[in-house]
Amino acid sequence: MNRFVYLPDVVSLQLNDNRCTGCGMCAIVCPHGVMTLENGRALIADRDACMECGACARNCPADAIAVQAGVGCAQAVINAALGRTGKACCTIDRE
Amino acid sequence: MNIWNISTPAGPVPRVSTRLNLADRLGMCRVRWGIGRMSYTVEPGLYAVGEPDQNSEVLVTANYRMTFDHVRSALSNLDAWILVLDTNGINVWCAAGKGTFGTKELLSRIEASGLTLVINHRRLIVPQLGAVGIAAHHVKELSGFRVLYGPIEARDINEYLANGLRASGSMRRKTFSVRERAALIPMELLPALKYMAVIAVTLTLLAGLMGSGSFMSDVLRFGKTTIASLLLAVAAGAVLVPLLLPYLPGRSFSMKGFWMGLATALAVFLFVLKTTGSVMIVVPWIVLIPALSSFLAMNFTGSSTYTSLSGVRREMRIAVPLQAAASILGVILWFGTMLTERGRVL
Repeated sequence: MNRFVYLPDVVSLQLNDNRCTGCGMCAIVCPHGVMTLENGRALIADRDACMECGACARNCPADAIAVQAGVGCAQAVINAALGRTGKACCTIDRE
Repeated sequence: MNIWNISTPAGPVPRVSTRLNLADRLGMCRVRWGIGRMSYTVEPGLYAVGEPDQNSEVLVTANYRMTFDHVRSALSNLDAWILVLDTNGINVWCAAGKGTFGTKELLSRIEASGLTLVINHRRLIVPQLGAVGIAAHHVKELSGFRVLYGPIEARDINEYLANGLRASGSMRRKTFSVRERAALIPMELLPALKYMAVIAVTLTLLAGLMGSGSFMSDVLRFGKTTIASLLLAVAAGAVLVPLLLPYLPGRSFSMKGFWMGLATALAVFLFVLKTTGSVMIVVPWIVLIPALSSFLAMNFTGSSTYTSLSGVRREMRIAVPLQAAASILGVILWFGTMLTERGRVL
């Protein structure tokens, strides 16, 4: 049993079934086993385990996955609220 | 780190040892405590381990020295190339989140290193967590290189290669074991102690100035409780929460920190009750310790391996106002007890 599950029903992960080609890349890159392949199509099997890292969406050649990717870091949220940007990890801005 | 150069069609390539020496190990300990952490780097580019040839695999990694050391030490008895991307000395996962460990940097590093002259295949093994910043299909399209996502942990590379470039299910899951959590504690502890020192000095000086006795006697009397309480709040939020994370009640980190802080505060209360009996002086800390512990625990989300930004935002919307309110209440109580304890009430 995985004891490391964060808040329920909060993540922004979305899968567009019609676009999915079943390449399975999302299932490979996900570090928490959120995505699986079933009958040759991707499936969100464990939604609440998603940490919104964005690896699946970035590596989906069919653009079938959307997620508001970011780091789940309170310090980064505080830094963003204070208008700080920086070179270290703890900021929210992305390229 | 011992380096010899080997010659390749793209020029000399440094060959590195797969053994970590004492200096490498001390370096790892040092950066775990934040000393010179942001400048613990290796030069980006191509490296060799063993006796790699044109058919050897290429492993991509970041130029954080600790990351690089983990990779090379996992490659004993193997012949392979290591392609180090310029991530400003940040580890793979964080750098991928920032985009510095990304498609663009990978493409330009392939170019700059002359990799296509050194090998005659077109495969790259990228750590799975690098997928946050790299789009395998774009790399293929723009460079002809096929990106294969390897295991999350460097220590699994050997088995991954032995299995014909196949990662088992467990190699693809990011864990957060007690060992991994413990290794992060120093970097939670140090900034927390820095802030606590400022608060401790401020409150202790105020106690000295406001008290009815001599400056020094009040500083000693109130300073002791203040410093002890602040240290315990840090111990609860920045040490015990990371260690006990999966066993603490609640899913949000601020909640876990609150409970840990409350337990600590009650222990303080009982201790003072048993020893001196004058519990008035610790009343503000019953409120302040849980608030501080909750805040520190909330900051551990950034070091954790499973929290989402949406989740952290939701948690903070509820937790931050409560932490702020409790802190204000605690400070008011602190002034209240100060004034009562000196024999005068406002």
